[in-house]
Amino acid sequence: MLHLLRQIVVTGIKTEPAPSAAEDMIVVRRLQKDILRTLGRALTIRHVDAGSCNGCELEIHALGNPYYNIEGLGIRFVASPRHADMLLVTGPVSKHMAIAVQRAYDATPDPKLVVAVGDCGCTGGIFGESYASLGRVANVIPVDVEIPGCPPPPTALLRGIRAALTAHAAAGENAKE
Amino acid sequence: MDVAPLGISAATLKSAVPARRCPVNSGQLLAACRLAWEQGGQLVALWATDDRDLQRGFCVRVLLRDADGFTLLEHTLPDELAHYPDISPIFPVANRMQRAAFDMVGVQCDADDQRPWTWQAAWPIDRFPLRREFEASPKWEPGQEDYAFVQVTGDGVHEIPVGPIHAGIIEPGHFRFQIVGEKVLRLEERLGYTHKGVEKRFEAMPIVEAHRLAGRISGDSTVAYAWAYAQAVEAIAGVAAPPRAAWLRALLLERERLGNHLGDLGYIGNDAGLAFGLAQFSRLKEDVLRLNQRLFGHRLLMDAVVPGGCARDLPPGAASELRAQCASLARELRVLRDIYDEHAGLQDRFRNCGCVPRELAVKLGLTGFAARASGLPEDLRCDFADTAYATLNVRRATRQQGDVAARVAVRFDEAQESLRLTDLMVEAMPDGDVALSLPPITASSIALGAVEGWRGAVVIALESGPNGTIRRCHAHDPSWQNWPVLEHAVIGNIVPDFPLINKSFNLSYSGHDL
Repeated sequence: MLHLLRQIVVTGIKTEPAPSAAEDMIVVRRLQKDILRTLGRALTIRHVDAGSCNGCELEIHALGNPYYNIEGLGIRFVASPRHADMLLVTGPVSKHMAIAVQRAYDATPDPKLVVAVGDCGCTGGIFGESYASLGRVANVIPVDVEIPGCPPPPTALLRGIRAALTAHAAAGENAKE
Repeated sequence: MDVAPLGISAATLKSAVPARRCPVNSGQLLAACRLAWEQGGQLVALWATDDRDLQRGFCVRVLLRDADGFTLLEHTLPDELAHYPDISPIFPVANRMQRAAFDMVGVQCDADDQRPWTWQAAWPIDRFPLRREFEASPKWEPGQEDYAFVQVTGDGVHEIPVGPIHAGIIEPGHFRFQIVGEKVLRLEERLGYTHKGVEKRFEAMPIVEAHRLAGRISGDSTVAYAWAYAQAVEAIAGVAAPPRAAWLRALLLERERLGNHLGDLGYIGNDAGLAFGLAQFSRLKEDVLRLNQRLFGHRLLMDAVVPGGCARDLPPGAASELRAQCASLARELRVLRDIYDEHAGLQDRFRNCGCVPRELAVKLGLTGFAARASGLPEDLRCDFADTAYATLNVRRATRQQGDVAARVAVRFDEAQESLRLTDLMVEAMPDGDVALSLPPITASSIALGAVEGWRGAVVIALESGPNGTIRRCHAHDPSWQNWPVLEHAVIGNIVPDFPLINKSFNLSYSGHDL
């Protein structure tokens, strides 16, 4: 136990400042007045791998490491879409996953944010559309923000996730006016 | 393995590892498999090819591996009505491969288990994507299949279905647990959810560019796949990558191994309730990925290996940065290993959990680091070492117990060994070019690439078409071997130990489903 405690002290705090939101990744601005009020500052995310190569998953994992410390920003990954404000969807949507993706979307309570992750999620990527792949996430469910990259590094993921929140915050402000 | 007594002739198969190809009839196919099994050989992969356009019907290919190298058995079926013999009584791991070969090419096997494996109603069941006439373009709406899971009945037995979307940030697949109380009586896996038509996609890509696709078969093994693919292209072209490129590739592969082991060691600790482990190891992994980005231009090292060599050389000052990181990681790893080893709660969860005894590992063909944790010392880096590995003499990491603790120990050993090797490679790497320009690729040639990825042996079997095209590319992930073993490893364990056992293997879905 002493070793463990010493290691914690020696390691110190590694968390870096969070990057700014990336407005350029926003593809849709949905105007729903209750979004900001509903979400507040905290955000829960359900990740859905719709057929990716696992590269994007590795980078999403990295968001949890001490450098990015995504939970410190009030963002948490949850196990059920019913507990989620946002779906973070990776991969070209394989036809075998299409039903599961649709069900996860349906199970997510309104207002649901959808962020498509990676070149595959944004365009179908190298796999494209085929007998087995439906291509980009937007072909299957509505998408709010697209984060390109193969895979997008954690900073790009954070900027995209924050962009989705900004979009909704703006939507909330507009609704007030 | 000497196949001559079976009346089988063998020709050299182009490959970076010793390999032969042998035409066989159905009797010889079974006899060769039996002989391989008796002599300690294992089935690596089984796949099929549509050769009707060449008036050769279909070809079923069975790749075996033993101490002498790889043996590719090629069995021709005259038409789609012909059957080939079931080899799963000899190599149980063949079961799913035979079913996948039917789903993809429509070649029929004499096996009892005729359930689909890769197919899940995304296309009509009587159409086969890897047949020449099959249009790759989208056409059919996804459907739903009714898969015949095996159900356990009896007093107090219940079923837990899990997935395809899992409760964490992981790939999709479906698990059926048959449970009494907390005890797992049976686990049945249903994979194929991430099938995205990779093998068909290969056939639409130029052979010298498809390393990008190979590097995206399983994102955590991008170096292993791209290297295996590059090996196959170079073998067909009759060239070898420049010596410096060969060393650089080995260095990249060890960086990949290191990153994956570090990440998994963190998650394994986390799954046993030690969040400290995840925080520490994910920090170290991030350090590795950041240096990757700075030195090689990509955190996961995608597209760093290309046919003919490597995409770029080490930048100036890379050697000292790499060596400094190796030294500091080696130090940190020792500290963390002590903490894991002396943590009673952790060890209580690790030991005797998810056991795969040696006999079971042999019978089921367990491979990679998981096999080494069950007392099977196979490792391509040692068994068929060339270039960097032959010079550096890789120390095999093995354990006998085959439990989570053994797989953790092997991962610690291998992470340390990767650091040692990287350090030596930086020092001993020869000077020179890191890539050569490839000559035109000859048509109708077949070659093999095989690389010991962090999970196990990654194999690419590549067949060239005319004008620099790909006729057929079969990619094999070691997860094909290890997924069925996971079903056995959890028997008798409690449900909450499944995530821990699963993570100790950390198998690929995408690499398996293609």
